[in-house]
Amino acid sequence: MTAPARLLVRDLDMAFDSYVVQQGVCFEVRAGEIFVVMGASGCGKSTLLRHMVGLEEPVGGAILYDGESYWGVDEKRRAVINRRFGILFQSGALWSSMTLAENVGLPLSLYTSLTLGEIAEVVSYKLALVGLRGFEAFYPSELSGGMRKRAGLARAMALDPDILFFDEPSAGLDPVSAHRLDRLLLELRDSLGTTIVMVTHELASIYAVADTSVFLDAETRTAIAWGPPAVLRDSCEHPTVRAFLTRGDA
Amino acid sequence: MKIQRVSKLAPPVNRRLEIVPAADGLCVTVGGVWLIADGLANHGAVELQLNSDKPPKVTVITEGLERADSSLAVWLAGLYDLCAAREVPLDLSRIDAGLAHLLALARSVPERTGTDRGNDKLPKLDTVGHHVLGRLRRADDQVQFMGEFALSVARLLGGRARMRWRDVWEAMADGGPNSLMIVTVISALIGMILAFIGAMELRKFGAEIYVANLVGLAVVREMAAVMTGIVIAGKTGAAFAARIGTMQAQEEIDALTTLGVSCFDFLVLPRVIALTLMVPLLYLYSCAVGLAGGMLIATATLGIPVEQYWAWMVWTLPLYQFAIGLAKSAVFGALVAGVGCLRGLQCGRSAAAVGKATTSAVVTGILYIIIADAVFAILLEVYHI
Repeated sequence: MTAPARLLVRDLDMAFDSYVVQQGVCFEVRAGEIFVVMGASGCGKSTLLRHMVGLEEPVGGAILYDGESYWGVDEKRRAVINRRFGILFQSGALWSSMTLAENVGLPLSLYTSLTLGEIAEVVSYKLALVGLRGFEAFYPSELSGGMRKRAGLARAMALDPDILFFDEPSAGLDPVSAHRLDRLLLELRDSLGTTIVMVTHELASIYAVADTSVFLDAETRTAIAWGPPAVLRDSCEHPTVRAFLTRGDA
Repeated sequence: MKIQRVSKLAPPVNRRLEIVPAADGLCVTVGGVWLIADGLANHGAVELQLNSDKPPKVTVITEGLERADSSLAVWLAGLYDLCAAREVPLDLSRIDAGLAHLLALARSVPERTGTDRGNDKLPKLDTVGHHVLGRLRRADDQVQFMGEFALSVARLLGGRARMRWRDVWEAMADGGPNSLMIVTVISALIGMILAFIGAMELRKFGAEIYVANLVGLAVVREMAAVMTGIVIAGKTGAAFAARIGTMQAQEEIDALTTLGVSCFDFLVLPRVIALTLMVPLLYLYSCAVGLAGGMLIATATLGIPVEQYWAWMVWTLPLYQFAIGLAKSAVFGALVAGVGCLRGLQCGRSAAAVGKATTSAVVTGILYIIIADAVFAILLEVYHI
């Protein structure tokens, strides 16, 4: 437990106009761990993710990356911090007017000085990593849902980010693809030391990959549990958390 | 003939509902056939009993229940709420096991508080106020859009905009060639119609040759620009709104934003540039077709030789009229592209929202074209051009 906190969320309040989504959310993600944000549908998991990557501004509290307040700095500095992120959106969010190669290549052409040829090489490598070798010239609409998700992952990894954010990565995937994705996440963490923050409610995934997790409760609208999922399942004081982690059987 | 209306809520014969006040509370016996096709039973009788003297408890008994679908469950759920509101305990231990199970299932997840969108109808005057505030907020959006766009143009001039020129070409291809056919048809017909009207009136004065003036001026100064603008609003402006709206719905805009790319640089700027360049070209084409159409009708119906008509038209139509038309069409192009992008960016995250954005882009686009045309007319009049 000596690793520094890569991401620290302190007393975060999230709201849309007068509708409070979550309040007083606290947790900490250490470098190189896979962190899962879990909770029932509609409890504000994805909203939390959007706050962490700069798409929504919190009403109160702070988000710190390596000790630097994300919402306390100006927009320019925030854009610099953002460059350390890779984000996989729920629907993949590939740019539909571009081919896979262009999708993965755009971040590279924006933020590196690589030549077109070099970018093409990096792109093929990234696509090969997610099992999409040879699909460079395909448009997102020509792919299946699972392939789109994997392509989104390739794009998220384009700039070798320090932190990868996943919004429901295995939603809509068949069990085998979901399992492959989980293995890929573990490999990313082990080989590149990438920190992974994942929003999901897929139990299989949670147990397979999560080092630590936080549970957002829809009733009390706050984070009520924080720790490794297996520990929470066996000894959490909140029946909601135990019920979630055991599919309601406990 | 008198048609006798059969009441939809004619009391069903087979439904049985008995309410008997007893010493230990109210006893409700249900039985018979409860079908939703017969309509829902009301709680009037029970409510009356509950209100008149508060019974210590309410017991529901199913007896001789032959068939029951959701209508009975709905009725019992309503009874549950009635009793809960009056804090009267409801005893469901003597009802059919399957039914009891269903009711328990419906009650197992507590109602989510804070989700009530409220049917609280606002007073008439307040709705007006809300509507106006909503409008103002949308006007706010437009001002903000213009500001963001200006910043984006500044970045482009400073060479810092993240725009791909390829997108400009693609948007131009989208807007231009695809609209050629419809622009041809509309322009030719407009030219012909103008020639017909002109011929009808001018013939009376023996001034047939002036048809050339009329058609020339009307087409070059007004009709070609406005018609091209409207066609582009309907085809390309709508397509822009739908495209960007869909990108919004599928989080593609979010993906750009988190990458540090301004969607104004990346999406709006190329489209506005494309249409600002493309619509003037279409305008010139529309002029050519419109003038040709007018000439065809004038020479055919009035018997003016083609060479004479042509010479007269060239002689009387000053070139600066084309400059006016070009300027107008460039402005129309920018407006249509801007409105299309704005509506797309304002789009919500559903398929219905995309449809709404598209319609709104067309309507607003056409409105702006007409308003801009009026502004042009006034300005040109003021400066005697």
